[in-house]
Amino acid sequence: MNNLTINITDKSYINPTDKTSKRVIKDLQLNLVNNEFVCLVGSSGCGKTTLLNILAGLDAKFSGNISLGKSQKAPKVGYVFQNPRLLPWRTVQENIELASETKIETLDFLLESMGLATEKNTFPAHLSLGMSRRVSIIRAFAMDPDLLLMDEPFVSLDPPTARQAQQLLIDLWSKRPHKVLFVTHDLREAITLADRLIFLNSNPMSVISEITVSIPRNERLEEAKIEQFRQQLFIDYPEITALL
Amino acid sequence: MNFIYHRSILSLLSISFFLALWYGLALYLNAETLPTPLTVAKVLITEIQSGQLSHHLRKTLYRLSISFGIAMLLGCAIGILLGRHPKLDTFFDNWLVIFLNIPALVTIILCYVWFGLTETAAILAVVINKLPNVIVTIREGTRALDTELLDMAKCYRFSKSKTLRHVIWPQLHPFVMAATRSGLALIWKIVLVVEMLGRSDGMGYQLHLFFQLFDVASILAYTIAFVTLIQGIELLILKPLDKHAQRWRR
Repeated sequence: MNNLTINITDKSYINPTDKTSKRVIKDLQLNLVNNEFVCLVGSSGCGKTTLLNILAGLDAKFSGNISLGKSQKAPKVGYVFQNPRLLPWRTVQENIELASETKIETLDFLLESMGLATEKNTFPAHLSLGMSRRVSIIRAFAMDPDLLLMDEPFVSLDPPTARQAQQLLIDLWSKRPHKVLFVTHDLREAITLADRLIFLNSNPMSVISEITVSIPRNERLEEAKIEQFRQQLFIDYPEITALL
Repeated sequence: MNFIYHRSILSLLSISFFLALWYGLALYLNAETLPTPLTVAKVLITEIQSGQLSHHLRKTLYRLSISFGIAMLLGCAIGILLGRHPKLDTFFDNWLVIFLNIPALVTIILCYVWFGLTETAAILAVVINKLPNVIVTIREGTRALDTELLDMAKCYRFSKSKTLRHVIWPQLHPFVMAATRSGLALIWKIVLVVEMLGRSDGMGYQLHLFFQLFDVASILAYTIAFVTLIQGIELLILKPLDKHAQRWRR
């Protein structure tokens, strides 16, 4: 199994008006093994989206390296953006098929598992935000990526819709496991979804703590368990309190 | 349904009113320079029957479509290029301003002087007049492209042609339609001047001839034929195209 190694020594932005440089990431090291689901938790503006853009190959202006084990070619990266970023002039099916040469059976399976089987020929303008987000998740899964990046994909959904979407995501991920880096600032969401939590500090971004979520996956629907784990985290790792 | 019904009745009424006004005015003035709609209709029918009208109309339409096609194609390509590359844009911006401000008549005269009274010179003159407008419109459209969608396309490894066809082109569509509409209106006026100055057929040549003969009825007959044709293009080609491309909107 390939491991993903992220080693970013420096990432800075230059302010175009006063030409000052602001360092966003400094000496950040992360490792993802097997098909691990990792949640990155940190306050907003700490550079999480910047990190994901670097991993997605959208931002090449950084020092350091990212490698995916032995494989020579660039890894396939699926990216679920904060806004769904669907092409409004293409139907749900076309949006997914454009991003990957999916077999029709796979497409039907994915749409079915996300509860969108009837929306295949719908244009995105006719979908709710929750549905559009699910389409963008399908688009990312359909390409069968080496690494799946998710940038707060459930933010601003109402809690029941968000919970349903989380559940669908985990179901799908269990059927088609991939390495996942999931950015969130909702600790409950992170505990529900992740194998491992990584807490990030800002200015510049660095890792504060890495915590393995010990709750078995089949017990994570119980909110009391999640809440209990969360309370315990604050006691065991007081340094994360400031982030949330 | 009711609404459409009302609309067609209204537009029928408005055209009838326009014709009645024209008829009344012509009768009242009783002058050679303003023939009645009836006289004009008669001339129109004779011209159609003799084949004269369709011959000249076809010539003009041919020049129109060739020069329009070249101007749109080149204009879109250059517009996208300038919109995507700020350095190129800064370099060529002055050229654009110069070409935008050269009077149409000057380009036409220069083309005829430099390249002779030929078909190529005529078409070139029209293209040069239209091109800067298309470039400017498409460049604005390209500058307004959604970078989030472009990033998405990059991340999902869309090929260049795929990005152009599925991400860029649909966003440029309203701008292309704007360039098409304003272009058509501009080009056919220029084509007439080009024909008047240096061709021996086409609408412009005919109108010039009628002007020398002081034949207002023929001038009006040709104008009606031409306006109908342009409206036909709008209704039968542009509108359906627009509708198809806009079907995804709510």
